[in-house]
Amino acid sequence: MSATTGPVVRGTVPTARRRSWHLGDALIPVLAALAFIYLLVPIVYTVAFSFNDAGKSNLVWRGFTWKNWQNPCGAPQVCEAFRNSLSVGVVATLIATVIGTLLALALARFAFRGRPAVNLLVFLPMSTPEVVLGAALLAQFLSLRVQLGFWTVVAAHVMFCISFVVVTVKARVAGLDPALEEAAADLYASPFQAFWRVTFPLLLPGIAAAALLSFSLSFDDFIITNFNSGSFTTFPKFVYVSATRGIPPQANVIGSFMFVAALAIVLVAQLVSHARGKRRAG
Amino acid sequence: MPEVTTPALELMSVTKSFGSFLAVDDLDLTIPAGSFFALLGPSGCGKTTTLRMVAGLEQPTSGTVCIGGRDVTGDRAHRRPVNTVFQSYALFPHLTIADNVAFGLRRRRQHDVDAKVKEALDLVELGHLGERKPTQLSGGQAQRVALARAIVNRPELLLLDEPLGALDLKLRRQMQLELKRIQTEVGLTFVHVTHDQEEAMTMADTVAVMNKGKIEQMGPPEELYSRPHTAFVANFLGQSNLAPGQVVGREGDLLLVTVGGATVKVPVDRAVATTGSVLVGVRPEKIGLLIEGQEPSPNHNVVGPGIVTDVSFTGVSTQYQVEVEHLGTFGVFSQNLLGGATVTLGTKVRLAWSQEFTFGLDGDQDAAEGAADLDAEP
Ligand SMILES: Nc1ncnc2c1ncn2[C@@H]1O[C@H](COP(=O)(O)OP(=O)(O)OP(=O)(O)O)[C@@H](O)[C@H]1O
Ligand SMILES: [Mg+2]
Repeated sequence: MSATTGPVVRGTVPTARRRSWHLGDALIPVLAALAFIYLLVPIVYTVAFSFNDAGKSNLVWRGFTWKNWQNPCGAPQVCEAFRNSLSVGVVATLIATVIGTLLALALARFAFRGRPAVNLLVFLPMSTPEVVLGAALLAQFLSLRVQLGFWTVVAAHVMFCISFVVVTVKARVAGLDPALEEAAADLYASPFQAFWRVTFPLLLPGIAAAALLSFSLSFDDFIITNFNSGSFTTFPKFVYVSATRGIPPQANVIGSFMFVAALAIVLVAQLVSHARGKRRAG
Repeated sequence: MPEVTTPALELMSVTKSFGSFLAVDDLDLTIPAGSFFALLGPSGCGKTTTLRMVAGLEQPTSGTVCIGGRDVTGDRAHRRPVNTVFQSYALFPHLTIADNVAFGLRRRRQHDVDAKVKEALDLVELGHLGERKPTQLSGGQAQRVALARAIVNRPELLLLDEPLGALDLKLRRQMQLELKRIQTEVGLTFVHVTHDQEEAMTMADTVAVMNKGKIEQMGPPEELYSRPHTAFVANFLGQSNLAPGQVVGREGDLLLVTVGGATVKVPVDRAVATTGSVLVGVRPEKIGLLIEGQEPSPNHNVVGPGIVTDVSFTGVSTQYQVEVEHLGTFGVFSQNLLGGATVTLGTKVRLAWSQEFTFGLDGDQDAAEGAADLDAEP
């Protein structure tokens, strides 16, 4: 530090700051804070009312209680719906991730007839309105006389999840240096070993991201599910149906729980990648 | 016992076409076991394609590839006793350096993997970096890891595709010596691809000069340099002065050729063509300048006079450009034994060189083929 430059710096900075002061400087943080509050209100409401000592409906605050959290399955059907959503989510994610990953590899690696068409068609479920998709699927199921229930919901979810998996994984495959697989083959790895030891580990972050996305899309879906589930109830459907006669606070418990779980996954992923980065640097 | 060693690599009329484009054109090549072989050629001449066909990463359109006497043309890459150091290194980013080096050993279920990995890393002087990931290496270190990863398998043939291309000049020279040392130490057959003629000449026992999918000439570096067979080789490997002439007669072992107004003598065994039109060639460092009144030594060829149009001092030597009427510009390198330039710009000089350093090429080719043309590159 030099003693001669100190006062000069200290003298110039406030002047510069005073000159460039604008209304916008104060307005932007305020607006940002308002937008943020706006975004958070529904979440805060959900979490807060999961602690409400609710009576018949959970619309007005009647006092704090742990009761709902201690007994989240207290309301009729809420846990069954939750379990249904979980199993649909897991099964649909598994199927969509496997098929989507294979499709992405095929699209990125092999030039086959009709590849441009497949590339385009894969986007269709993402861009078609959900109501249309749901109604069209229902028509198919009805004309094939398939019993609506768990498997029709899974089939519907697999359909729209695959698109997202393909798009996510394909980006990852495109970023992969083809020389790596050649190097593996050059080092005596059979095509299967090359895939398992080199390609797959390098695609894994992309595949995991795709799976998480699939699960959350599936868990969240209401419109397509509502068309194709018959009497089978998922969590979003349960909430929608019970809205007419009052949503039980247990629904808020499960909603808050999902929110916290999602946050935890993001945090853990961040921590892991941070720790990896640190180990690499050290 | 008679020494009958099977060659490490044999290519028999190997051709590779991409659509209608011939990348490798009816190539024949034999590489003896234990040699350091360099494949030298300009960008796009088919060097990488040739290596990839040897490694099994590309299937030849026709022809046969034999490694260690065995026909491997139909074998896939992982079944060939060959390892490659890729131009981009292609280290596995998710594995540590040690696991990268162990990859080939583990695929073949070898024993003592750890000991072998350590030995290989020590050989390239990176024993202390085994636990790092490839992203934490410098270019030179990554290059050495790629080398260790290939060498540890003791392949019958090690293929190196411009492994020094990404390094700066100083590191490059250092790695050239290192590679040469390692090759001598482990005694494997190296096939080194490069477009740097100096690199090929300093490292290899045998150099093959490749152009447009064909091998133009193959032999020890000194022979390629002193007796090039084509204008392309003469220009690509160092620099050459090539002047068109006509064979007019013969005098014992010497051809008489008229060049411009002068008659020069070319040893018959250094001439590719012995009749009709030829290109007479001489390397720039073999030429001496004769000023007014100086007479050539006996057995020297003389052309000129010409005018000195450029003098540039490079420290060790001085390079002159001499414009000779009807013949064009000659380059002359003279060692600065006396401290600096001995002839000034604009001086009228004659050019003289010993007959034994003259070579003769077929006259039907472009004298500038293969020359580094700084102006007209597309
Ligand atoms: N997969 C391919 N499809 C079509 N053309 C190809 C393919 N691979 C190579 N080529 C062409 O074959 C020619 C030879 O390519 P190659 O990679 O063997 O050149 P190279 O001698 O290794 O050049 P460089 O020194 O630039 O690496 C080039 O003209 C290239 O464009
Ligand atoms: Mg190449």
